[in-house]
Parts: sequence; C-alpha cells; structure tokens
Amino acid sequence: MLYLLSRTASAAKQCTRLTRNYSLVSSSSSASTRPSVSMAALLTASLRQQPRGFSASALAMKDITVTFIEPDGNEVEVTGEEGTNLMELAHENDVDLEGACEGACACSTCHVILDDKIFDELPEPTDEENDMLDLAFGLTDTSRLGCQVLLTPDMEGARIRLPSATRNFYVDGSKPAHH
Amino acid sequence: NSSKLGFPAFASFSTTRQLATDHNIAIVGGGAAGLYTASRILSKSPTTRIDIFEQLPTPQGLVRYGVAPDHPEVKNCTTKFNQVLQNPQVQFYGNIPVGTESDHECSVPLERLRSVYGGVVLAYGASRDRKLGIEGEDGCGSRVGVVSARLFVAWYNGLPEAQDVQLDLDSFDRVVIVGHGNVALDCARILLTDPNDLARTDITKRAVAALRKSNVRHVEMVGRRGPLQVSFTTKELREMTKLPGLEIICDRRLLESECAGEKGRRVLEASRPLKRMMDLLLKHSVDSNSPKPINENELGAGGVKGNKTFTLRFLLSPLRVLYNQVEEGLKAPQVMQFAVNRLSGPPESARAEATSEIVDIACCMALRSIGYASTPLVGAPFDHKRNIVPNIAGRVTVDQNDRNDLVPGLYVSGWVKRGPVGVIATTMQDAYRTADAVLMDMRDGNIGTGCRADIDNTLRSLGVDARRVSTEGWLRLEAYEAARGEKAGKPREKVTSVEEMLNIINQ
Repeated sequence: MLYLLSRTASAAKQCTRLTRNYSLVSSSSSASTRPSVSMAALLTASLRQQPRGFSASALAMKDITVTFIEPDGNEVEVTGEEGTNLMELAHENDVDLEGACEGACACSTCHVILDDKIFDELPEPTDEENDMLDLAFGLTDTSRLGCQVLLTPDMEGARIRLPSATRNFYVDGSKPAHH
Repeated sequence: NSSKLGFPAFASFSTTRQLATDHNIAIVGGGAAGLYTASRILSKSPTTRIDIFEQLPTPQGLVRYGVAPDHPEVKNCTTKFNQVLQNPQVQFYGNIPVGTESDHECSVPLERLRSVYGGVVLAYGASRDRKLGIEGEDGCGSRVGVVSARLFVAWYNGLPEAQDVQLDLDSFDRVVIVGHGNVALDCARILLTDPNDLARTDITKRAVAALRKSNVRHVEMVGRRGPLQVSFTTKELREMTKLPGLEIICDRRLLESECAGEKGRRVLEASRPLKRMMDLLLKHSVDSNSPKPINENELGAGGVKGNKTFTLRFLLSPLRVLYNQVEEGLKAPQVMQFAVNRLSGPPESARAEATSEIVDIACCMALRSIGYASTPLVGAPFDHKRNIVPNIAGRVTVDQNDRNDLVPGLYVSGWVKRGPVGVIATTMQDAYRTADAVLMDMRDGNIGTGCRADIDNTLRSLGVDARRVSTEGWLRLEAYEAARGEKAGKPREKVTSVEEMLNIINQ
C-alpha cells in the first residue's frame, strides 16, 4: 500500500511539474512558443499517471539503473523510474547537478555528457535544446541537457558524466561573451 | 601564489564535507549573485547566519528587472531564491541601501557592516550603462535622442526609478538600437511583438498601453563589426524568426562572404554556436541589397499579413545624432549618423576601422545597448578602468604600492566581480566560487565570526529595523502581485512604485 502511495505521489508531483512547465509555454507570447517539455515527455508522463491498481492492464514502469560521475570523479549509482529525466534523477539522489530553470530548457546548468552509444540512440535534441547547449561550458559531441533526456530501458547501465561547470574564473581575460 | 596570499587560493572547496560554523555573513545585493552565494554557503555550512541587504524592497535584481517578460521560464530560478530567503538562517533586509552615501541619506555605511559581521560579500551588480559619448546623444527639445536600453528594459519590467524614462514610440515608424547583444535583441523583440501577446506576460500595464499606441514598425539593430562578431545568441535570434509578420533583413552579400571566406570557414568550423547562428540567419533573412517596396498587404513570416521589419546592420559606428533634418521628403524627428567600418584582423578578434563613408538612419528614438556598468561603493575598492571591484577569485584586493593586498573579510560575487557579462547560469557558478572562498576562510579561521549582539545593536541604531522589508514582507508583495496578475490574465501585475510597495507590505 505504501509502495502504491509513493508511486502515486511521485506521479502526481511529475504531473504538477509538467503542467506548470507546459502552462508556462502557453502563457508566454506566441512569439516564444518553444516546447519546454517534449512530446515524448508528455506521453510518458500521461502513461505514468495511469491509476496503479491490481489490474493486469496497468502499465508497469521499469526501474533503470545508471551511474553519475561527478566532476571530482566520484561515482554514484542510482535507480530511477522510466520516464524520469536525468536532472530530476540527479536531484532525487543528491547528485551535484544544477537545474536553475527547473527543467524548462531555458538554461544550460543541467548539462551532462553521455557515452557515444547512448547519445546516438537517443532522439535528436530539438533546436531549443541545442540553442541552450550552445551556451554550456565544456560542450562535447555527446552533450545533452539532463532535463531533456528521459530514462528508458535502453539506458540501463549508462554512465553519465557531469562536466566541471566552471570556466577558470581565476585567470584574467577568460570571460563568457553573452548575457 | 600561496606565499603571497598566505593560503592556497586555488584549492577548490570540498564538495562533500559540511561545516558547522557560527559565522555571521552579510551580503550586499539581493539579486542572483547574492542569493546564489548565500545558497552555496548554506549548503555546505547550514549553521552560518546570512543577512542579505538590498536597496530595493524586492529581491531578485535583474531576474525581476532585466529578464524579458516573454521569457518566464528563465525566471524559474526564483523558486530557489525564495527558498534561500525563507531559510531560518537568512534575514532579508530589503529597502536598505548600503554604501551609497552619495545617493541616499539613510544608506548603511559599509564600514559599519564590516565591523560587526565576520565577512561581507559585495554582490551589487551593475546599475549604470555605457554611453556612446556622441554629439546629440541626450536629445533636443522634445526629441529623446539616445535612450539607455537598460532603462528601456527596466521601464517595461516595472523598475520604479525607470518609470519616468522619456521614450518616443510615436513620432516615426523606426527605432535604431546600437548594439549586437541579447539585451538589444530583447528590446527589438518587445518593440516588434504584438502587444496583445505581451499583455499576457508580466510586462507592466503601462508598457503594454504605450506599445499599443506605438507607431514603430521597423527596428534597425546596428553594430560596429560584422556577422561573425555578434554577441547575441541563437535562441533570441530564433525567436525573431518566429514573430508573425516580421521580415528579417541584412546584407546577405556581406554575410555570405564572411561565412564563405577562408578565415570565416575556419572560425565557423571551430565554433558550433556561431555556425548554428549563421545558418539560421542565412535561412531566414532577406537581402537588404535588393529592397522591395513595402506593401501593406504583403505576407510576412508564417503567412501573416504584416509590414514589420527587423534589420541587422553591420560595420557601422555612431558618430552623432542630428535633429530637424529633412530625410527623403519626410521631416524625420532625428537622424543618427554612422561611420562605415571595415574589419581588420582575424574574425575572432576583428577590429573595426572607420572609413570616410557615412550612413544616415532616421528614427523616432535610438537605444544604446553597449553594456552595463558597475559603480563604486563607498568604503570598498574599485577598479575604474574595468569598472569592477578588484579581486582574486572573489576575495577583494586593494592596490597598495603596486601590490595587490587582500582586504580581509571582504568578498565579491557576480557582475561587479567579473564585469557585466554572462547569463544567470554564469553568475550562479561565479557566486559558488566566491562562496567557496568564504567557506574556506571560515573553516581555516581566516575571518572572525562577527557578533550577533553587535549586529543587532548596530542595525537598530541605524534605524534599519524600522525601515526594512523582511522575507515575509516580500512574499506578501509577491502574493499581491500574483493575485492582481491573475485578474488580468498574467503571471503577475508588478507594483511600480516603492511607496506603493511599502504600503502593501506594511498593511
């Protein structure tokens, strides 16, 4: 019973969060209509909101285990529900990944680096995600925004590197160019 | 370097260990830099007490008064800001200026804070901007001349002191914006967006009314250098391409030759962001070299009827503003004259050199968007060349007899530390590094703890207690703005006068 309650609670949390992000998109001007949540995320979320009952037709969400590698080399193995995005997964497990805009694809602080294989298998980033990745420090060919990558069974065992987030601010003349 | 400083300045603070300290830290500035500094200190040392002093009754700084109203998701960071302000270890002292004795009678002298707190962090950002320094900049009679983009942004975002800014959106159909950064693009976008769409954002009521009345249909964004040297970013440019009925114009011959040249191709190959931006511009722009007559009924982007244009102008440096000119048969309110430049050097560091050619652009108003600037605080060192508080990795230094000496217990975070450049994410990381320096110094006993009794007495004697806005007061104002906004179909309706804010808070 407790298990069911906790699942429902997390689904409800997910639902609220997605609703909030989605409503932000619709309340902003038509000029800046950018999906802050991908269709895949919405579909997955709606699947997760299925009432968890004892019926055999209820969808079972898999648990997927991945490893975060923090900037100092510390490895953290975590397990999360299918459909959780990597930023949320990190936060749920106290992994040191930021998320200034809280998953709205409006910053680059949840930047993660994936293995070639996992990166290639994921759906392509949208223009909007790529625009944000452009601003990430230490961008690589296999970089993604954690909030835009959802856990799938294919990601079982994935190793997710957190880049060192800072430029070397100690060195004079090393300045980001935009604001 | 550690011999000079007495401790290793470059050692990063351990991210796993937590401290138990009873230090009292003051932060001057309640914007992103100050709040992220506080957040980081508390995450590693939950028992530190942090008092945040902010000149305005409201925290958040440029997140509230700079981020564009149609970018609400960028403001999601304020959830964390409110969490920091509600932490029992944190006191918010809104409506309390510090170190601004030249402007405010009731300003708290920085020295008083330094004498009672263990450490003080300066995070007061940039409240001025750079002027062009050209003849005619300040207007003539009813002509406004060149207006600060920072003030224009602050105006539509509801900053109380910007509400009286003189604008002209009516006497002509064209605005010139000098600058090729994201602030300039924000201004262009706000001027060219359908006011009905803006009305659903947290832009002020007064700004929507003014924009509804506006006759501005054409915005020209002018920069000194070429396409490969722009400072704005692809996200903001993409938003322009999605504005219904807007035509984007630029010199495609120049664009193509810059991108196709040997040096250009090299730089584009090395920079993914620049390549993506140039591709976007190539895809969506119309050539300024083959102008079509503007037809009222012509379809613009998205098949929407419109006659609005956004022109990106390159290689132009402002020379002067002229008034009472007769331009193409129209009596233009003001004309901005530019010198045509040519570029020299590699694209990464190209320099603009003026030729003798001159270009005139008629407009009702010009906006200058060539950078914000910080100002000195009374009682703190200031580097007047770079317009920052001098520091090494967030620890303030003072130039004494050609040596850089650390000023004990004084730190700096954010734009006033590195210059007014960088997005919220940049400021966050910068603030964390300063916080790490504070944490290190607390751990190693390099600063005192300060004394809470002395702090309380000092603040009381300065009348701070009586005047301050607390976290609870701010949250009450925030709720009031949200409730007013809900009635109007927007996220919030901002209160735009300090007096009204204080009335609501003190009710």
